[in-house]
Amino acid sequence: MTAGHPRRALQLVQNPERLHWHDQAVWFVRQKRDIARSFVPEWEELRSLASQIKAHALSRLPDYLEQFESRAKAAGAVVHWARDADEHNRIVLSLLRERGVTRLVKSKSMLTEECKLNEHLEAHGIEVVDTDLGERIVQFRREPPSHIVMPAIHLKKEEIGALFHDELGTPEGLSDPKALAEAARVHMREKFLAAQAGLTGVNFAIASTGGVVVCTNEGNADLGTSLPPLHIACMGVEKIVPSPRELAVFLRLLARSATGQPITTYTSHFHGPKPGGEMHIVIVDHGRSRILARPEFRASLKCIRCAACMNTCPVYRRSGGHSYGVTVPGPIGSVLARQRDLPPMPRKSFRAQWRDRGRAR
Amino acid sequence: MAARDEILAKLRAAAAPAVELPDLSRFAPVTYPDLRERFAKSVIEVGGRCVFVAGSLQDELAKIPEFANARRSVSLVPGVEGNVDLTAVSDPHELNDIDFCVVPAEFGVAENGACWITDHGRANRAVCFLTQHLAIVVRDLVHNLHQAYERIQMPGRGFAMFLSGPSKTADIEQALVIGAHGARSCTVLVTS
Amino acid sequence: MEVALFIPCYVDQLYPQVGMATATLLERLGVKVHFPEAQTCCGQPMANSGFFDDARPLAARMLRVFEPYQVVVCPSGSCTSMVRNHFPELLPGAPRLPVYELVEFLHDVLKAPLRGRFPFRVGLHQSCHGLRELRLGSGSERLVPAFSKTADLLAGIEGLQLVELSRSDECCGFGGTFAVTEEAVSCAMGRDRIADHERAGAEVIAGGDVSCLMHLEGLLRRDGKRLRTMHVAELLAEATA
Ligand code: SF4
Repeated sequence: MTAGHPRRALQLVQNPERLHWHDQAVWFVRQKRDIARSFVPEWEELRSLASQIKAHALSRLPDYLEQFESRAKAAGAVVHWARDADEHNRIVLSLLRERGVTRLVKSKSMLTEECKLNEHLEAHGIEVVDTDLGERIVQFRREPPSHIVMPAIHLKKEEIGALFHDELGTPEGLSDPKALAEAARVHMREKFLAAQAGLTGVNFAIASTGGVVVCTNEGNADLGTSLPPLHIACMGVEKIVPSPRELAVFLRLLARSATGQPITTYTSHFHGPKPGGEMHIVIVDHGRSRILARPEFRASLKCIRCAACMNTCPVYRRSGGHSYGVTVPGPIGSVLARQRDLPPMPRKSFRAQWRDRGRAR
Repeated sequence: MAARDEILAKLRAAAAPAVELPDLSRFAPVTYPDLRERFAKSVIEVGGRCVFVAGSLQDELAKIPEFANARRSVSLVPGVEGNVDLTAVSDPHELNDIDFCVVPAEFGVAENGACWITDHGRANRAVCFLTQHLAIVVRDLVHNLHQAYERIQMPGRGFAMFLSGPSKTADIEQALVIGAHGARSCTVLVTS
Repeated sequence: MEVALFIPCYVDQLYPQVGMATATLLERLGVKVHFPEAQTCCGQPMANSGFFDDARPLAARMLRVFEPYQVVVCPSGSCTSMVRNHFPELLPGAPRLPVYELVEFLHDVLKAPLRGRFPFRVGLHQSCHGLRELRLGSGSERLVPAFSKTADLLAGIEGLQLVELSRSDECCGFGGTFAVTEEAVSCAMGRDRIADHERAGAEVIAGGDVSCLMHLEGLLRRDGKRLRTMHVAELLAEATA
């Protein structure tokens, strides 16, 4: 858990009606996951294979990253490296500036949330449109996502309706999800057509081929990268898989764990830019090498961001994503936050140090 | 030191102990007694329609109202006619008003209803995402994603995807809405 | 068979009746019971909060105190797990203590069929540590054949009817120091758990960890509810009397 969590959790806990609504909404996703995995008898074996593949990839990470870089270059992509969030943000900004880009469409990327990229670009006069519907909703509200797969799970449809009334001019009182999603479609089609660049996250980076894989249900990553000439893909160093063969393991797990779907609607494999276009890949460390160096935290780099741990967590369900006060909330977020967002804890208590001193004398 | 070398050096220094890559060839994933039936079920599960084509493709397409009513249509499948010639389009933005698009897939996957679609270096892959409605023509089927990746030859360069049903979102109170940004409907035509 | 009882510190001080019920039940089943009086807290509260250096001397002491015994039995899933799963992390290379959680001991080691009578509707509270660190049950999150060692034990008790919960193994919200640092969320979780048992028509909430039951009992008392909590040892001791 993160510091301040108990206080921030009160917002949800002190509203029993909303608390139970939120708990049930998130639990529903856990149930969908349970149903989806019941069609895969080898489920537990798949999970353990995935864990071993990640452990292997982490044990050879620098080699795989070098291989990935050279294959990605061969496919026509330009590869950049960023030590931390600032460097990442600077790279993205200069790519956009050099090309005179002022309108960017983005598909979901927890990494860019972690780096606070939007704020940085907006401060430099670039219009950033998050195109995942949930992300767009929280962007309108100027708040971070509360869940890594369903960014707006903390909001009721009436609240989204009121927001869209203000932002998109939908009729007052309209709260039908279908009608609201349609309004967003029309609004975002314009943004897609007007965009000069598209930025995506990366679900998997394939070392042997230099390709990146992006998973969405809406198709926003695909629209955002197939219309404008420039595609920027941002990835943490841990996203590496050795070869396409291992993708099968992860793709069978990811969507089933996340939403109970057998696979995401769009699972797009990008190898280099489209004809006449440019593709830039930004590989980011931002604390990951530090996590890798600590054996007790290393396993947290295996995370594929499916959010199943959030959906199953009774604390997350009853306190809401915002109560964690960090980019990735919930169980895995609490582990990652210890490493990244918070000052280090003292490693020894006074009592233990006193005892050590006595022993040394 | 340049960022690249510094990051790689830090990761090397972090030195996670060596772990073997598990041998996937010994892994026996689920297969289905009736491949075609399972595939069709999966396509429906992901919000699509599945049709087994016995006669001509064009006839089958004509039965799809969205195709029959399309003002502007594109076909990437030989022998199927659209009324917009993709090779004459230089800017993908011009494809925004496409109503219907027919694309070929190399194969389909029974466990999840996904079809493997490659762009063969075409400049205009945007049409698959801009179109209001989509039909996919596929003949070969595999049981699961493991078989799929055994079969796939990754392009050295280019774009390829698994596409499973129409575009969708559940971001508003988890209500499933079909037709988020991309195709509002997806019909998979299985030929033999 | 002879066993040494490991009675967790909070059971010793706050729920001595659970310790007594454990001893009574084991003796009734023909087991000779020892209680090494030099035992202390196993160090779990410190270890769970990250104070490994403070937990270590307690762990070492526990190993010394129980060294003479072949079998150790403990009526708590979380304390058993501390000894079994976390002592080796604190004291690498130290000998392992042959410790069993009570249900595990009755089910896997003693294998004695339990006969008795307990004419009530019982809701089973499957505590997280017992479930996920000792595998006393399958756990709903894993795709494995369903089982529950506690339910197996209770199956021989006449009149006892297990009720079906809508969430079979949701956490009660106790979580040791979690209940202190996260009081509000902890209580919300506990109340939701109680509501599930109530909806299912339970008269008694039974479980293997007094800590979870203590949390639920506190909420039941404050909210003026009639539902009772009982440790499995108490339930079985009463049923087989
Ligand atoms: S840690 Fe959580 S989000 Fe990450 S892979 Fe595991 S369940 Fe999914």
